[in-house]
Amino acid sequence: MALSDGHAGRSEHALLQVRPEVAERFAEVHPPLGAVAALAEANRCLYCFDAPCAAACPTHIDVPRFIKKISQDNLRGSALTILDANILGASCARVCPVEVLCEGACVFHRYNQEPIHIGLLQRHAMDAFFQDGAVLPKKSSTEHTGRVACIGAGPASLACAAELRLRGHGVKIFERQELPGGLNTHGVAEYKLRAVDSLREIEMIRALGVEFAFGDEIRGEAALAQLDKDYDVIFIGVGLGEMRRLSISGEQLSDVRNALEFIAGYKTGGNVRVGRRVVVVGAGNTAIDAARAAKRLGAEEVHLLYRRGSRQMAAFEFEYEDAKREGVLFHWHTQPTAIHATESGEGIAAVECRRVKENESGSSAMEFLAGSAFRIPCEMVITAIGQSPLLELLKSLRGVKLEDGRVQVERATGRTANAKYFAGGDCVNGGREVVDAVADGKRAAVAIASVLEKANVRGSHVQS
Amino acid sequence: MSKAKVAPDLSVMFAGKIYSPNPFWLASAPPTNCGEQVMRAFDAGWGGAVWKTLGEPITNVSSRYSSVDWNGQRMMGLNNIELITDRPLDVNLREISEVKKRYPRHAVIVSLMVESKREAWHTIVQQAEDAGADGLELNFGCPHGMSERGMGSAVGQVPEYAEMITAWVKEKARTPVLVKLTPNITDIRTVARAAKRGGADGLSAINTINSITGIDLQTLVPRPNVDGKSSHGGYCGPAVKPIALNMVQQVQSDAESCLPLSGIGGISDWRDAAEFFLLGCGTVQVCTAAMRYGYRIVEDMTDGLANWMAEKGFANIAAFQGLSLANVKEWKNLNLNYKVVARIHEEKCIGCELCYTACWDGAHQCIHLDRVSESGNGHTTPATYEARSRAAIAVTPIPKLDGGMSERVGAEPYATPLARIPRVDESECVGCNLCMLVCPVENCITMERIDIGLPPQSWEQRSALGIPVKVQH
Repeated sequence: MALSDGHAGRSEHALLQVRPEVAERFAEVHPPLGAVAALAEANRCLYCFDAPCAAACPTHIDVPRFIKKISQDNLRGSALTILDANILGASCARVCPVEVLCEGACVFHRYNQEPIHIGLLQRHAMDAFFQDGAVLPKKSSTEHTGRVACIGAGPASLACAAELRLRGHGVKIFERQELPGGLNTHGVAEYKLRAVDSLREIEMIRALGVEFAFGDEIRGEAALAQLDKDYDVIFIGVGLGEMRRLSISGEQLSDVRNALEFIAGYKTGGNVRVGRRVVVVGAGNTAIDAARAAKRLGAEEVHLLYRRGSRQMAAFEFEYEDAKREGVLFHWHTQPTAIHATESGEGIAAVECRRVKENESGSSAMEFLAGSAFRIPCEMVITAIGQSPLLELLKSLRGVKLEDGRVQVERATGRTANAKYFAGGDCVNGGREVVDAVADGKRAAVAIASVLEKANVRGSHVQS
Repeated sequence: MSKAKVAPDLSVMFAGKIYSPNPFWLASAPPTNCGEQVMRAFDAGWGGAVWKTLGEPITNVSSRYSSVDWNGQRMMGLNNIELITDRPLDVNLREISEVKKRYPRHAVIVSLMVESKREAWHTIVQQAEDAGADGLELNFGCPHGMSERGMGSAVGQVPEYAEMITAWVKEKARTPVLVKLTPNITDIRTVARAAKRGGADGLSAINTINSITGIDLQTLVPRPNVDGKSSHGGYCGPAVKPIALNMVQQVQSDAESCLPLSGIGGISDWRDAAEFFLLGCGTVQVCTAAMRYGYRIVEDMTDGLANWMAEKGFANIAAFQGLSLANVKEWKNLNLNYKVVARIHEEKCIGCELCYTACWDGAHQCIHLDRVSESGNGHTTPATYEARSRAAIAVTPIPKLDGGMSERVGAEPYATPLARIPRVDESECVGCNLCMLVCPVENCITMERIDIGLPPQSWEQRSALGIPVKVQH
């Protein structure tokens, strides 16, 4: 069982050894339900018709059905119900912001009761499935001749590739990093989803016959032209690119890290070093993940700076509450203006900040309050002010149209302006959740399969 | 009705001679196996106890019980293959006299079952009464084990035997004789009548129902498992209450059967008990609930019943005993011109749509989801809604990407979106109650009477008049 098919892929073996200091500090935020608790919780479900939880789920998992199966001691049936809609059901059970999705839609909110703990029940069924060997039944016994390339091995491509394989189509995923999974493996806080669990899920997809090529960065006209020539259909699931820079002095210091680098560092890079005092810039979910991680890795003080107020914060409310509980200090209406080095010039001494005038209009114009400059002494700065699109790559895709740096697609099929190219995930939606990427990938796969099967009947090629 | 000024009197005099401080008795079963148990039960508040059946020597098996669980709740029904007492007769008799000495005001009824010989019955009757029994209960109901030896329900299923043995017992007995009826018979009244003919002073009903509760799907052996095999047992517990109530009503509404009746069958709380009294019972007997939770449950049985009686103005059990019998009619006498329709109270609706799916698949397709989107032609099927939801594109709400918090278009009048609140087509509703029964929210769906402007008319009346019968779709 190896994910890497030869070349640049790193052996999975090393990653299965979770570093004890990481395992210890990143205990799961939502521990699994025991069998008895799961049964009791499953029995609470009303089994709504046309259930709002299923409608709220971007992948439309038939939630009441899989819960009913748990209560009736049919865990395999429950897991297959989940996987039929969402091949990354195991990771989604852990990382989904269920508060604003399925659980947020539960009718119990209107009945003075706790919503059903759908995420935990889903995890219960999925854990049983993986314990049982994770064998997926194929949807089709026919092997089609078409070939599909997926660019990027994140959730969108994985979902697309799995669905195509289940329907008997050949798929190869090209990934520039050494491990598959995208943010699922590298970017999700370890206390939500461990890298090993992400890789275990991808192993199930590989076992379906999906091929992987690692380290092959698809960049440049020539590489893309070759891909275009070798494959019948190409799915773009490249996600977003580099994290945005603060563009302030001192940003070049080595202890200024971006949040994704920092998270990937402790998850898969073996780097658990953190400053005693850490300043995180930004107030999205990634900023919160980084701030909480810094705390768990041993930082005594973690300050989070955001140029606007708590109401404009991009992070989900529950993420904010959890971070406060862990002791993260929030500085609203605060903007870093410079990072000061230590006298030696190597380390960080402090972040220079200024207060920003409150602005209800929502415009991005910033006005500093006079005389508001202050310093927060720290040894590390983590930036988390969003990712930029992979413009260079996306622009080199023949005939694919962009808008605001996002790939333009037909919503129901993921088809781009070039009929041979499909796309989904963050590069299309600007950066939503894993479950959104899975939904995009699966919708695209269904459309691609239909195109390929029709082309097959006609004996022709997909027209680009 | 005026409220009773004094606390209701729960004491009863059953079958003319058996005094009990309250009408709650423990049925003849494991909770009344020995004197120590019965005395603790009396301390907990039970008014009486029917001693576990005395009779021929037996040996019990291991294991003995199995249950039916439902939706995470344990023991909706309980099944047993335990036989009558396995303790020596003299020990039981000695303990009966000890209990009666220490608890003279509590009712001790002794359940009996011996082989079908006159002398055997005479002997056991004498022994039980000499020990101090306030009454005797003839176990003609036990459906397992003993019946294979010609006792228990083997007697209770043959009216002639039941009458004969009752008569033998009456030749000897000085205390009231109750006959315990088996439900495992086509018409329970046949044996009730036989018991009455034989001179019985009262009846107990019902005994347990023949059952196989389930099969272990790993071993394929039914439960309870006795060395890889099982046997049919006697079913009791909450699941059997409706069956028991029906049989109680049958006996109490039949002049040839009617005798003082001790009601048995799934009684778990004071409300269940009140229902048995309303159908004519003078006392009730409890087993499963006490086996599950212990003797302490009697506290709320007496407390709850007394509170309800005070609220209703009933001074004693007799004040409401049998009051519901007049409200049980044959179907042919029900009013065909009475019409109710379901009404959904939108402000209470939580949008689960269980009433919708129940009405479409289990009733008359008259609940619709057309408050927002359709013309209400009633032809949009459940599958259409499901397909629509599956095809809809949903995304995680991200305010930053969605351009601020998404505003709901148009104000919703209720907590639940109007599109998810079902609507009843009253012209099509047949008033079956199903939607109200499946609704998880209390009083969200009520059945409202509709005046159709016709006087009451029963099937009997209608057919006597020769009016063509309207065909219901």
